[in-house]
Amino acid sequence: MANKHTVSFKLNGNDVDVVVEARELLIHTLRERLATTGPHIGCETTHCGACTVDLDGASVKSCTVLTVQCQDAEVLTIEGLEQNGELHALQEGFTQEHGLQCGYCTPGMITRAYRLLQENPNPSEEDIRYWMAGNLCRCTGYQNIVKAVQFAAEKLSSAQA
Amino acid sequence: MAASPDLIEREAALQGLGVSRLRKEDARFIRGQGTFIDDIKLPGMLFGAMVRSPYAHARIKSINKDKALAMPGVTAVLVADDLRPLGLHWMPTIGGDTQAVLADEKVCFQMQEVAMVIASDRYTAADAADMVEVEYEELPAIVDPHKAMDDDAPIIREDIADKDEVSHGPRTHPNHIFTWEAGDKDATDAVFDNAAVTVKEEILNPRVHPCPIETCGCVASFDKVTGQLTVNVTSQVPHLFRTVLAMLSGIPESKIRVISGDIGGGFGNKVPIYPGYVIAVVASIVTGLPIKWIESRIENISTTGFARDYHGIGELAADKDGRIKALRFFALADHGAFNSHVSATKLPAGLFSICTGSYDIPTAYCRVDAVYTNKAPGGVAYRCSLRVTEAVYLIERMIDILALKVGVDKAEIRRRNFIKEDMFPYNTSLGWTVDSGSYHNALDKVLKAVDYEGLLKEQAEKRANGELMGIGISTFTEIVGAGPTKVCDILGIGLFDSCEIRVNPTGSAIARFGTMSQGQGHATTYAQIIATELGLPSDEIQIEEGDTDTAPYGAGTWGSRSTPVGGAAAALAARKIRAKAQKIAAHLLEVGEADLEWEIDRFKVKGNPTQTKTMKEIAMVAHTGDLPEGMQQGLDASEYYDPPNLTFPFGAYVCVVDIDRFTGETKVRRFYALDDCGTRINPMIIEGQIHGGLTEAFAVAFGQEIPFDENGNHLGNSLMDYFIPTSFETPHWETDETVTPSPHHPIGAKGVAESPHVGGIPCFSNAVVDAFAHLGVTHMDMPHSAYRVWQQCKALGIDKHADT
Repeated sequence: MANKHTVSFKLNGNDVDVVVEARELLIHTLRERLATTGPHIGCETTHCGACTVDLDGASVKSCTVLTVQCQDAEVLTIEGLEQNGELHALQEGFTQEHGLQCGYCTPGMITRAYRLLQENPNPSEEDIRYWMAGNLCRCTGYQNIVKAVQFAAEKLSSAQA
Repeated sequence: MAASPDLIEREAALQGLGVSRLRKEDARFIRGQGTFIDDIKLPGMLFGAMVRSPYAHARIKSINKDKALAMPGVTAVLVADDLRPLGLHWMPTIGGDTQAVLADEKVCFQMQEVAMVIASDRYTAADAADMVEVEYEELPAIVDPHKAMDDDAPIIREDIADKDEVSHGPRTHPNHIFTWEAGDKDATDAVFDNAAVTVKEEILNPRVHPCPIETCGCVASFDKVTGQLTVNVTSQVPHLFRTVLAMLSGIPESKIRVISGDIGGGFGNKVPIYPGYVIAVVASIVTGLPIKWIESRIENISTTGFARDYHGIGELAADKDGRIKALRFFALADHGAFNSHVSATKLPAGLFSICTGSYDIPTAYCRVDAVYTNKAPGGVAYRCSLRVTEAVYLIERMIDILALKVGVDKAEIRRRNFIKEDMFPYNTSLGWTVDSGSYHNALDKVLKAVDYEGLLKEQAEKRANGELMGIGISTFTEIVGAGPTKVCDILGIGLFDSCEIRVNPTGSAIARFGTMSQGQGHATTYAQIIATELGLPSDEIQIEEGDTDTAPYGAGTWGSRSTPVGGAAAALAARKIRAKAQKIAAHLLEVGEADLEWEIDRFKVKGNPTQTKTMKEIAMVAHTGDLPEGMQQGLDASEYYDPPNLTFPFGAYVCVVDIDRFTGETKVRRFYALDDCGTRINPMIIEGQIHGGLTEAFAVAFGQEIPFDENGNHLGNSLMDYFIPTSFETPHWETDETVTPSPHHPIGAKGVAESPHVGGIPCFSNAVVDAFAHLGVTHMDMPHSAYRVWQQCKALGIDKHADT
């Protein structure tokens, strides 16, 4: 297979190997080859954030990451947040606070909020609005998304206390 | 008397009307397990990519497919000539016109569909699309609709140049589509001629796009053996979609299955039938393989589902105290290259004649002239009923302009002109019957909440200091829930809607609808309506929509019609079931039906409250032989609901802005929205809809616009340019409500999701203009971007610091 590359990385804790052209985007590898359809495509210009995944501890828009850049990386998507049948506090928060409507931006939103809470477990409303500004939502007006993140932050911090 | 704990507990167990029930849809979405169109993957599926025109107006001299076809993985390249033998190179539009599915000898807008490449995957398809060689001869383009009917204007649609009519009355120019009017012109002119005060303003609703985060797309799959066509599609109107496919293709409707799965936002963008869908269907019929076609974002903004582009002129005539005596509105409507405007057949300008708003205006006349230009075709209703944003924007701007002219406060002038509570149902001078309203009450509540007097005082102080502060008011009336079949049809099909409910022996139920959720939460709210009507817990009522093989026929979800029409069908279908259940209960309790009364979840014998039958008990009995003489088993019903009237939600909004006169930046300090949508089904979902609608209004007012250069080239068709507000710039929303039920709706509900968009846009504009009102400014066109607002400051000479 000329012009193809084998890439190995960890996806939601599991080892995966894919054979891709150098130009293949991570979002397409996830969605088309690895049955990971939680991250979505909403634009081609890295503006909407529907494709947000966590790559080695940073939020990235997987529509502008080449899969060949992911050798040995750890990739986390929405599918990896639920642990042992228990929802992540953010997943619970988005439901409890009505932080989603059509659900299309939700996986990217939650994955981005996950990174926010890793970096800043106790964000203010302004922190949240600033951190989430790379993820577009047309349904909710963001107000309940802010509440959902606050719900999760409180739940996680009270669990640690 | 307080309800007993038992009653409260039983009521709570239903999770019915009025409860902020958490959404049943969320479980899959928060796990990333929704099934959106691009998640559909079928064995052998091929991918379609479009070849599009770089020119806004050009003749196609030749198309050479050879290089594309020679590429590995490419199955076909389809052009108009390939569709011609099937008669599918053109298709009828909702607006009564025809539209080229693939450009037939000429292109009439930039990015028009010229060819579709079918290939093994999306990368190969995109590569091959670049290899299709098309030779064009460029023609002069018309971009400004005001020039469309000039004597020397190039003819855009040569295919219909000699047609006197395109389904909506006589045409006066080859680029003229229709002229539509309502009201009494002569009487209106007479009032204007003798009025104490008149005002006139040119007011633009620019071309914008609904831009849902998921673009449009489909997977068409034709089974050559059975002749069955299955189309998964992002459609807000799956049943109409199937009917149109049947009309187009000649395939019997029973052999076509249209499935709208999860839809990543619609806002009107996903109502029409686009060329991409038709080509995908043809490609599947030809190849016998499933074909997926998904728009890119640039394709989405450039070609499918633009909204507005209404160039208005508003005029009001009033007495010296600002009491409106007559209204005269014109609009020049730019429908682009094909009239695929979404409207009901008899309403080519949609519901524009709701432009008298919340006001008692005795005489009115309005006219809309629609023209062709070299821009993408259409005109969808972006989070509103058909042309209602345009109408409400005009009246809500004009009443402010009148207030300035007569020197009356903008709240007071609204009070003077409101339709009063005792006048409902109120017949407008343009022919609508507004069902119910309580406008004074709503406005007073909002003004008190925001301390309007205090704001005016603060504004006066700021103005004295040279600062710009604006207070915007909007007191709008919407018209939603299309609609009565005697008024509203699309392609001959009335805009009724439907619900089928089947109760299972153990008392759970399934209900199916002709509507189609795109995030509105139907699976949650419809179950609440049925739960209250039937006394069964909403958690045990499953809601389904969107699969034409199983759902009853309906006109889909747009124009806030789901609750007004589908919700009514749900309540009435449930009432049929309850009527049958009552007969069974009377039989079991050995009393007459009239001796029974309904209490939350059961029938009880009047005067003997221990004698009861719950709906769950009755559900089981309905599946036994112990039934009244002659009654059949089963507990189900269906309802096709043809509404007697539309519904008229309303609201009163206040917006406060601070504008930096040196940069033109506008800060929305406060936005207070009171909505009255009649009976409230789920307050949590209502509030969410209002947040979303206000945010889309904010987007339109402050940044959205699809600009073109004079040759018809797009100047902003990706998210790099097209404004979608982020969490950071979106204001904080305050919500409030009054409840004035609709008298003609079975549960009194009116619909809500579009009110905040329709009412929000003029409220923002009114606030921005108000910031300049003391400087003699009466109107500023949207979008109120910092640059455009700064230009206003510059024109007034207030953009410079005093010491520079």
